[in-house]
Amino acid sequence: MNGFRSLLGAAVVFTLAAHLTAQNAPQNQTGTYDRTQIAAGAIIYGQCVLCHGVNGDQITGVDLRQGKFLTVASDADLVRLLATGRPGAGMPAFTMLRSDEVAALIAYIRSGFDSVASGVKVGDAARGAALFSGKGACATCHRVGGRGAYAASDLSEIGAVRKPESLQRALVDPGAAMIPANRSVRAVTRDGRTIRGRRLNEDAYTIQLIDEQSRLVSLSKADLRSFELSPTSSMPSYETTLTVDERADVIAYLLSLKGR
Amino acid sequence: MRAYRSLCGAAAVFTLAAHLAAQNAPPNPQAADDHFVIDTGARLYLGQCSACHGTNGDLINGVDLRAGKFLTVRSDDDLTRLLATGRPAAGMPSFAVLHTDEARAIIAYIRSNFDATTEGVKIGDARRGEAIFEGKGACASCHRVNGRGAYAATDLTEIGTVRTPASLQRALVDPAQAILPANRQVRVVTRDGRTIRGRRLNEDSFTIQVIDEQSRLVSLVKSDLRTFEFIPTSSMPSYAATLTADERADLVAYLLSLKGR
Amino acid sequence: MTKTTVMLIVVALAAASYGLDAQVSSDRLLRANDEPQNWLTYSGSYMSQRYSLLKQIETSNAKNLELKWMMQNQVFGTWETSPLVVDGIMYLTQRPNDVMALDAKTGRMFWLYRYTNSGRQTVCCGAQNRGVAILGDTLFMGTLDAHLVAIDTKNGKPLWNVAVADDKLAYSITLAPLVVKDKVIIGVGGAEYGIRGFVAAYDPKSGREVWRFNTIPGKGDPGNETWSGEAWEHGGGSIWVTGSYDPATNLTYWGTGNPGPDWNPDQRPGDNLYTDSVVALDAGTGKLKWHYQFTPNDGYDYDSVQVPVLADLMWKGTVTRAMLWANRNGNFYVLDRENGKFLSGTPFVKVNWMSGFDEGGKPIQTPQPPGKVTYPGNQGGTNWYSPSYSPRTGLFYVSAWENYGSIYRKETVPFEPGRRFNGGGNTVAMPNPDAPAMRRNAINDWTDVVGRGAVIAIDPKTGQPKWKFQMYDVTDGGILTTAGDVLFTGGREGYFHALDARTGVELWKANLGGAIMSAPVTYSVDGKQYVIVNSGNVMAAFALRE
Repeated sequence: MNGFRSLLGAAVVFTLAAHLTAQNAPQNQTGTYDRTQIAAGAIIYGQCVLCHGVNGDQITGVDLRQGKFLTVASDADLVRLLATGRPGAGMPAFTMLRSDEVAALIAYIRSGFDSVASGVKVGDAARGAALFSGKGACATCHRVGGRGAYAASDLSEIGAVRKPESLQRALVDPGAAMIPANRSVRAVTRDGRTIRGRRLNEDAYTIQLIDEQSRLVSLSKADLRSFELSPTSSMPSYETTLTVDERADVIAYLLSLKGR
Repeated sequence: MRAYRSLCGAAAVFTLAAHLAAQNAPPNPQAADDHFVIDTGARLYLGQCSACHGTNGDLINGVDLRAGKFLTVRSDDDLTRLLATGRPAAGMPSFAVLHTDEARAIIAYIRSNFDATTEGVKIGDARRGEAIFEGKGACASCHRVNGRGAYAATDLTEIGTVRTPASLQRALVDPAQAILPANRQVRVVTRDGRTIRGRRLNEDSFTIQVIDEQSRLVSLVKSDLRTFEFIPTSSMPSYAATLTADERADLVAYLLSLKGR
Repeated sequence: MTKTTVMLIVVALAAASYGLDAQVSSDRLLRANDEPQNWLTYSGSYMSQRYSLLKQIETSNAKNLELKWMMQNQVFGTWETSPLVVDGIMYLTQRPNDVMALDAKTGRMFWLYRYTNSGRQTVCCGAQNRGVAILGDTLFMGTLDAHLVAIDTKNGKPLWNVAVADDKLAYSITLAPLVVKDKVIIGVGGAEYGIRGFVAAYDPKSGREVWRFNTIPGKGDPGNETWSGEAWEHGGGSIWVTGSYDPATNLTYWGTGNPGPDWNPDQRPGDNLYTDSVVALDAGTGKLKWHYQFTPNDGYDYDSVQVPVLADLMWKGTVTRAMLWANRNGNFYVLDRENGKFLSGTPFVKVNWMSGFDEGGKPIQTPQPPGKVTYPGNQGGTNWYSPSYSPRTGLFYVSAWENYGSIYRKETVPFEPGRRFNGGGNTVAMPNPDAPAMRRNAINDWTDVVGRGAVIAIDPKTGQPKWKFQMYDVTDGGILTTAGDVLFTGGREGYFHALDARTGVELWKANLGGAIMSAPVTYSVDGKQYVIVNSGNVMAAFALRE
């Protein structure tokens, strides 16, 4: 990892082609596209700008920057679309692009047209759904569409409020990505009972939480012996337990959750 | 008065011209048109005017005949002149073909707010009315207009936007009948024997708010009062005898001109 | 013992009695009276008496009530909701279709759910919602765009969302649903727009419609002959206030709204069944068991959309399973709720649209000549405001509009889908042609001369008032009574009153500053009884001073 990162640090001196070749051979272990790649994609986007516009939103129903597409979900879909075009809808095939150029273009789109950010790979949502309830065991804490547990926040609408990059961060470094409002609470009452749960609301005198038995509980701070917020997230990092492709699939699934 | 009314009761058998002639000879002491005239005006209006002004009188921009809203007209005389000359530039033809009594009937219908069951009210000259308001009528000794006058009775600064000519006419002739319940005068005696008189501003189950005779805003808790009564009559005098019909028409014109600021 | 300890013990007891997750089972709903600390249905129980067995607050100490918390909502407009309280948690709605979970002890929020309406929703009388129903861990809410939504009690997330009717035709839902066993029962509003009303039951797990009862019978169905021509197709008969349920007969009772068009009965000759009626439906199938029509061929907008209050009374020497009903048409009725038999009808306000009842309990109508005043007026002798019945006092309590009349005007109106279908209009009878009509002003500029509010305590056996508590302004507030013999209510003036339920004597009042447009609810948490009421945009919770 460290060696790979320093390689990328020096990558600006490589030619684009050489760099992309070097990068595509070993899988990018972070599930993101690097900045050089995104910057290269920005130049290649010159092919697209005439129809899609500088902001990627000139085609009705499509907003490339916001990740809003008509048929595309995963990066693989984007690769296919660029190869075949959608002649019926007026989009030509871009077969003249090399695969590294296509990858750069996708990186630029996934970065939200922001070469300072890192583009996030988006995999296959159906595979992601299987990982969510299977290998990832996400549903043991999170709830989606009325199924799963209440311990962690409900993800039924997560695709409507989070960006790929933020989801990627949450999977790799949950402690850093956690929203402060959702922190875990550990309270000990005057008579020594311990209540653990997730904070829902708080004011100067009271705190509302959902406890480990999924009960809504309101506590008066004056009645507590101790009251602490956990600095860490109880969610594990998936940096090593899921592969990059698996994380990309989970992200694709989470992005597909837009509420009901 | 009674004889005149019974004459009107039989008037349906007269021709309009005869009827109006009979009515015009002595000046109408009520300054109000009777239903027969208004009814005739309604038929004339529907035939001659409604094609452009509409049955509700509001089809010409800026004009709402029923609500008394005109572009140039103020008094009844203005209306008579307008019907005689028309406003060719604005597309309104002259109705010189109408007899004067027919024109009068149309005006009566307009002034009745298109309601043949009410009485149309004559509207005189606003400037003369203003002089009466402050002079002979002594209205300003109780009412306030544009920051001048007393607080004892209601402020009339915007009265022209909220009242119809008929309602103003009624208030001048029969104030007790015309007073709004909300504005009634109250007389209360507190537990410690103080008497407070004033005009009601607001009331609920437990309290009442008034403006007293010294123009102070006072709120009273009903349970603190020994007695609490409304003064059944209006303290406003009737102008049925003290002003002539024409003077009242002028006063109505002035009041209608008060549209706030 | 600290308060927290008490709370934890209460939670532990609840868990012991109702299982670990303390779900609101249909059995708990059936026995709502066994847990007076909670408020589990719109009217408190299936009998819909809005009566609580709590008696910590009683006539001698009500003067010691003090404000415990307030919760200001985030939207403007009259607030007609009646909350549920389940084991210390309050579930309530705010305009247009937001649901909140609050700590019933502090008023602090656990979660807020915001439903987004279609944008096509059409309602006659404000973006109202009157509350939710609960079963298990699920809340049910009807929406202005005529959907039914199931919401998770734990986190306020929607579980399913189904269209009940077409909002383009101005169907809407404003009432709180009623859960009976394994069904969520709901009805639709929109009788001002020529809808054809219905009551429908939904499966709480899937949102699938299980049965539907059309309040306007279709061609070939019994009752259709009370319409002429095709008038039934737009016959109204809306359902916009929650019904009741009697487990002994498995009947659910619903009051139906006005016929369409509202004010022109000539456009729909006949009795117009089942408008302005109470219908008794089999809760399992939706089949009509009986009906009673309060106002046949109504020309006055006298919706019978009142809460059907069920009470067991001694009636002429026998225990009778009765239904008590103060109707918008100005009469107080006693019906036999097993068969719908008319037992008595007595005016509780001035009534001149009818002169009496025939032997079958049908009103003898006396239409007033054009231009003359009809009593009660268009808003009725009462309206949708929740009444109350106290088994302790044996009295029925209603929020009434006294001495209030309207002048009606009828005209022929064509039906256009989704458009107003009123057929005329009405004006409030005023003492002076220039006087302001009754409305909600900061200043009362129309006064009690035009009509005034009152709480009337009616003895069901005689139909006569036992006492009256008069208010200067009219009232849209509902009524709550308790085993402490305290009656709670409020009105447009914004006063929240505690009265002696036996005598009507005022025990305590607070000026909350905004019109009270819904009914109070009482519950207890940690052994303390609270009573809440909505005033303006604020919910205020009161309890006894420590």
